[in-house]
Amino acid sequence: MDYYDILINVLSSTIRLSIPLIFTALAGLFSERAGVFDIGLEGKMLGAAFAAACVAYITDSAWLGLVAGILCSVALSLVHGFASITNRGNQIISGVAINFFIAGITIVLGQAWFGQGGRTPQLSPASRFSPITLPGADVMREVPVIGPLYSNVISGNNILTYLAFLAVPLSWWILYRTRFGLRLRAVGENPGAVDTAGISVSWLRYRAVMCAGILCGFSGTYLAIAQSAAFIKDMSAGKGYIALAALVFAKWKPVPVMFACLLFGFLDALANFMQGKQVPLIGAVPVQIFQALPYILTCILLAGFIGVATPPKAGGVPYTKER
Amino acid sequence: MSTASVSLPNWITYGLIPVLNLIVAFLISGVVVWLIGESPLGALSLLIEGALGSGEGIGFTLYYATSFIFTGLSVAVAIHAGLFNIGSEGQAYLGGLGCALVALALDRFVPWYVTMPVAVVGAGLFGAAWASIPAFLQAKRGSHIVITTIMFNYIGAALMVYLLVHVLIVPGKMAPETRTFLEGGQLPKLGWVMNLFGAKLGAAPFNVSFMIALVAAYFVWLLIWRTKLGFEMRTLGVSPTAASYAGIPYARTVMIAMLLSGALAGMMALNPVMGSSARLQVEFVGGAGFVGIAVSLMGRNHPVGIIFSAILFGILYQGGDWISFEMPNITREMILVIQGLVILFAGALEYMFRPALVRVYQQFKTT
Repeated sequence: MDYYDILINVLSSTIRLSIPLIFTALAGLFSERAGVFDIGLEGKMLGAAFAAACVAYITDSAWLGLVAGILCSVALSLVHGFASITNRGNQIISGVAINFFIAGITIVLGQAWFGQGGRTPQLSPASRFSPITLPGADVMREVPVIGPLYSNVISGNNILTYLAFLAVPLSWWILYRTRFGLRLRAVGENPGAVDTAGISVSWLRYRAVMCAGILCGFSGTYLAIAQSAAFIKDMSAGKGYIALAALVFAKWKPVPVMFACLLFGFLDALANFMQGKQVPLIGAVPVQIFQALPYILTCILLAGFIGVATPPKAGGVPYTKER
Repeated sequence: MSTASVSLPNWITYGLIPVLNLIVAFLISGVVVWLIGESPLGALSLLIEGALGSGEGIGFTLYYATSFIFTGLSVAVAIHAGLFNIGSEGQAYLGGLGCALVALALDRFVPWYVTMPVAVVGAGLFGAAWASIPAFLQAKRGSHIVITTIMFNYIGAALMVYLLVHVLIVPGKMAPETRTFLEGGQLPKLGWVMNLFGAKLGAAPFNVSFMIALVAAYFVWLLIWRTKLGFEMRTLGVSPTAASYAGIPYARTVMIAMLLSGALAGMMALNPVMGSSARLQVEFVGGAGFVGIAVSLMGRNHPVGIIFSAILFGILYQGGDWISFEMPNITREMILVIQGLVILFAGALEYMFRPALVRVYQQFKTT
């Protein structure tokens, strides 16, 4: 294989591995920008993956699977909202609780319903989101340099992949160019001021966590019925936390979120590719280094050694009206 | 009037509320069991039979409880200083490294009672060292301890897998684990304690580290409620501003609280590594660090409460195994469901029942 083929190969898996991160990190963006920390991204993603796989299997429809994934994830968001907005509970504890609950219930129900050790049955191609060939991809394939890039990296992905890249500018537009977005960001910085202006802090925050739920629904669905063809136990495998890391890394801004996710996806793709291969001069690099790199980078960033990541001011603090 | 500021007697705060949380968590789990098509009461009786019905069952229950006491204390010490340490899992994992290195070095030369204190120190030091970086980042660089401790769980896991696969592995073996410790590196079982009650321990790995856990709980109580440092930690936990006005150094207190928290998490490793499997294995912590969160919340962050809730979670773990054996439809992961619900109701929704209880209590007092 020559070097260009390797590059194309790694790039296309980078895209594949980044998509769930992009959706999930954008979900975290909406929630945290409104001042609600969301450690439960991991759980919502996993719950959505399970719901999507079950419904897609039963109905033979990928789109109904997506709807189910979103509904499940939004329901979990509402639980998080009820605990942390209405009851002013600890947001982090609530998120941790959701992660545990989902990690358990998906396997328990999966085993009880399908009896395959917690996974769902293999899905038929009709009930999955299958790759889309963009116009001209086959003709372009033979063109040197751009050909493989267009037909193997840009074309040949499923609809959710394109939606993820669409969600980035859309999120930016909602957060920075609409009244809802302005208020949402304000409620994460200074809920008192928003309240004084006569706008309901709770309702705004509920809408923000619901946006997060919808986006996590997409990422879970992607995992279960676009990337794979079934729900596998614990298939989110810490991606929710990586997305959280990407969010910090991107300093809570939509477009940098996309690049951070692509970077972490690239590290993941590189780790897969490097398995068992020698690097000139260095020798075999342990896979574990690539696996730990996103986390290490995030800690270094958080420590302020590469720029300062300032979280939304009111993040993690339940809002109490003056008495 | 706000109900959050009304003080309730201790038996309500430390007794009734946790029990209510637990009952709600159990009720919802019961609904899940019922939805699966099994009998909730049948599952409950299996749970109790499996965990408490035999000497061996009790031995396993207490073995699990030992780990949970350590991690529960670890979470609680940090919470008292206002820090939410989600990193107990990783700290316990690294603690295992410290403990295993001591056991590997000493087991040939000295008996277990010489190895044990050194191993306690080794495990504690490694756990504390792993907590020290997030602690430093929180104290000096203002990064969020929750995020950094989560990151450090993953970094720790990657580091340990690397060490076990490439460094500590027995040459020529496939399994990523250290060699088995000799007798000098193994903690004796507490069969004689069970014999006192006329029960047989059987194959259960209930061992001396249970005693260390109880001692640790006593020291935590002493530290938090009977020392100046503990007072400073609690002040910081209630109000960082008040603490800084009172001249309590923020960075120092945060560091000490997190180091202690990490050390306690690290000591948990004694139980599985030296007490049960006699070698260091991948993923030996098995989620005990996370269970510590539930244990601490359920036990209201008090050592006595933690011992009780650790035993409760021990019952859930051992009984859960038994249920999954007898009712194959209900898998082990049911424990995670209950754990999640306990964390939700005891931690995040702690104020849900309180207003109602306050109203009932006040009515009761005035009549």
